[in-house]
Amino acid sequence: MREIALHLLDIAENSVAAGSRTIRMDVLEDLQDDLLKVSVTDDGRGMDTETAKRVLDPFYTTRTTRKVGLGIPLLKLAAESSGGGLSLETESGKGTRIEASFRHSHIDRMPLGDVSMTMLTLLVSYPHVNWTFNYEVNGRDGESRQFLLDDKEIKSVLGDVPLTEPDVLKFLRGMIEEGIASVTPEPVI
Amino acid sequence: MPAIKSLEELKRVREEALAKKQLKATPGHIQVIVAMGTCGIAAGARDTMKSVLSFIETERLSGVTVTQTGCMGMCEQEPILQVVIGDQPRVVYGKVNAEVAAQIMKQHVQNGTPVKDYVLPL
Repeated sequence: MREIALHLLDIAENSVAAGSRTIRMDVLEDLQDDLLKVSVTDDGRGMDTETAKRVLDPFYTTRTTRKVGLGIPLLKLAAESSGGGLSLETESGKGTRIEASFRHSHIDRMPLGDVSMTMLTLLVSYPHVNWTFNYEVNGRDGESRQFLLDDKEIKSVLGDVPLTEPDVLKFLRGMIEEGIASVTPEPVI
Repeated sequence: MPAIKSLEELKRVREEALAKKQLKATPGHIQVIVAMGTCGIAAGARDTMKSVLSFIETERLSGVTVTQTGCMGMCEQEPILQVVIGDQPRVVYGKVNAEVAAQIMKQHVQNGTPVKDYVLPL
């Protein structure tokens, strides 16, 4: 996988598979602290301590918990090879939170990628999940900007109109893309 | 906060979408399913999804449900896309990149003829 945004999609798929009703995705670009931090938090079925240990180990995992597979070990590797790390908090029956951090300026850091497409994909494919997307940037200028989207209001306005109706889709894509663009920091040249 | 500012606009979008739906006869429910396991994502399933959504948006295709599924055990065929129209048997496609997805959307979803070259024998 070549983008952090694709890993986020992959982790969120696990959350959906774990029967979550509410899933939150956070992206923080902190240019003051040279940090990029992403997390997915869900209220799904969670894992016991044994399983939680296994999902971090690619060789153990593929044989025992097929549903989780290679995704998490690969993200862990990507984080660790760019001066960061991965943490997993989970409780059986309560939910799971996976957080990966990267040194923002690290030469080996994977690009963040198309975060808006990851969000749109999840939002329209799993309408039964309550999604919250939060993208925060602490800029070099010290100013912080945020794009926060909780789909509750959108769904209550839409009622029985599906998210994949062309005009609705256009609206959602526009809203997410503009929201993300409005907070994304300028690249360093 | 953009989400709150534009809720009024969303209400208008909803009214228009409802009005258009009532004008249309429903030709049997159409479902497009993209496999989004780790294998699918690594093979480019998000681009496949993007192509499906952008086809719906630009061709103004109403009444199509887009969903996802996990790994189907045929990782070497990813990205995998399935089309289900009404009571017809589901058609499973393999190696569906963005271009192939657009072709399937046009030929199969819009016009009812499966794209034979990419159908997986099951």
